[in-house]
Amino acid sequence: MYSRAYKSLVSIPPIAWVGAFLLLPYALMFVHSLWAVREGVIVHQWNWENYKTLFTNALYAEVLLRTMRIAASVTLCSILLGYPLAYYLAFHAGARKELLYQLVIVPLWVSYLVRGYAWKTILGSDGVLNGFLQYLHLTHQPVGFFLYSPFAVVLMLTHIYTPFVFLPIYAALEHIPRPLLEASADLGAGSVQTFWRVILPLSMPGLLAGATFAFVLSLGDFLAPLLVGGPSGTMIANVVQSLFGAAFDWPLGAAISVGILVITISLLFLSELLEKRWAFK
Amino acid sequence: MRASPANPPQELPAGSAALLEVRNLAKRFGAVEVLKDISLNIASGEFLTLLGESGSGKTTLLRLIAGFDEPSAGEIWMSGERLDLLPPYKRRVNTVFQNYALFPHLSAHDNVAYGLRVKNVPANERNGRIGEALRMVKMQDFAGYRPSKLSGGQQQRIALARALVNRPQLLLLDEPLSALDANLRKQMQSELKSLQREIGVAFLFVTHDQEEAMALSDRIALLRDGALEQVAAPREIYAQPATAYTAEFIGQTNLLRGEIRGGIVTCGALRWPLDQADGPVIFSLRPEAIRICADGKPQTSQAKFRASVRQQFYGGSSELLEVDCGSGQTLRVRIPTHGPLTGEHDFVFSLCDAIRVQE
Repeated sequence: MYSRAYKSLVSIPPIAWVGAFLLLPYALMFVHSLWAVREGVIVHQWNWENYKTLFTNALYAEVLLRTMRIAASVTLCSILLGYPLAYYLAFHAGARKELLYQLVIVPLWVSYLVRGYAWKTILGSDGVLNGFLQYLHLTHQPVGFFLYSPFAVVLMLTHIYTPFVFLPIYAALEHIPRPLLEASADLGAGSVQTFWRVILPLSMPGLLAGATFAFVLSLGDFLAPLLVGGPSGTMIANVVQSLFGAAFDWPLGAAISVGILVITISLLFLSELLEKRWAFK
Repeated sequence: MRASPANPPQELPAGSAALLEVRNLAKRFGAVEVLKDISLNIASGEFLTLLGESGSGKTTLLRLIAGFDEPSAGEIWMSGERLDLLPPYKRRVNTVFQNYALFPHLSAHDNVAYGLRVKNVPANERNGRIGEALRMVKMQDFAGYRPSKLSGGQQQRIALARALVNRPQLLLLDEPLSALDANLRKQMQSELKSLQREIGVAFLFVTHDQEEAMALSDRIALLRDGALEQVAAPREIYAQPATAYTAEFIGQTNLLRGEIRGGIVTCGALRWPLDQADGPVIFSLRPEAIRICADGKPQTSQAKFRASVRQQFYGGSSELLEVDCGSGQTLRVRIPTHGPLTGEHDFVFSLCDAIRVQE
């Protein structure tokens, strides 16, 4: 048993850390969102105008909707790629399992920026992909929409977040006791029925965790749109960045940030709720 | 006197046809031969137990019949149909798994419903059969519970209902009672036995517990290192063990090693007449076949020997003695409760109780 004094002493650093680097910045952000900019200066004039702008200006709604569409696409693509991969590794890879697992993990060690620039090199007008297509005479001019488009953003983010989706799904699949699959077959279920009735429900918590990772991380991403998005691939985080930078409207930027934060926290809350419902032990 | 271990007698109970036939079945995992040339029949409605030590291959045999593993050689037939070529989900056998393998995300009711849903049994028929199966195992009040909310014994019952609701002709049970504590185990044994009688489904029951095997089975198939040692009814396998291994595995026994010469058996201090060819012999003599001979006068069909009591283990209704017949030959003797015994006594046994066995 530890004394009360000891317990309070060891809890000081984490509380201080969370307070100084999480709660305080959030509080500052929220306070800023209630201020205004007059003639290039932030004035401490309490008002809800920034939130009104957020809901009435079609531009922000459009970018926010696009951001959510991109995040949803990334989530879906990552699941479509990550789930079959996790399934194969968990049930059919045999001796190749370790190697394949490492191959999925290795890209995580490569810098995000490097991977972004790699996609630029691949997708650009004189990039690898266009060069290859022209070499095969499938196209005669560089295809423009590969780079600087929402497509490019989804592609790059899918590449980056698929391992994050793969890992929790793989862990969930690995945890399914193998006798359950035998029991399912014993009761007359073929492999398709066993998948829908046993494997998928039992991997739902992992799937949900992975989907939450991909969606939330994509939602706040600003590097991918910056590197490969172009004007049509701008996401909400880029808007925030420009409001805090060139546009110098910190209060509006803060209001948008609060909006994103509310969406993210609601999603995490929902995901936690569902995960509890799907937890079986 | 004894059939070769690979092909023991295959007599089924009178008037019954074979439901399942295992023909020359073998299984290798890499270089390890787990099952060697197993031939075995199971009759409709029979309670057959596969008994053996861990590693004897009993679970492997069960898994081959269920279809979870493929045999390396041999065939399995059921009701005139080649079973071993079918995938497990097409075999009309069901399994009760050692740790039940209940689906954790489904309620007890939905676990039982699983096999019927998979086979698209219409809802009204399905619900009737589920209710019947749950009543059979006395679990109708727990239908809505998830497995994690049920005790081991209750999970066991649901696992049983989940298998039986499919009305298999043969139910495979892989050490189903091994996870239960002793009292619950005895109770489940009794319930399992009466359930099996009631529904008339053939049970193939795997256990390493010889008492359980004796109490439940119509026949016991004793496995040793992947081969069948003996297949017989419990009373027969106990009274007429074919081998020294069987005699020692099923119940307690004294193995007497000696030789026959000129119609006389000599095993250490024990001697009795037997009209058989000369040569080395092994006899199994059960401890309860030996009695104290108070007047020192054996009957003609009995053999007498003198031994001193070395140890006495009181067991309530009976007691077990360890007696020394001289020159280090120790025998175990089970007698009705007698009171403290010391010193030398005369012991007798009926000649017909000394069962000649093979090595």
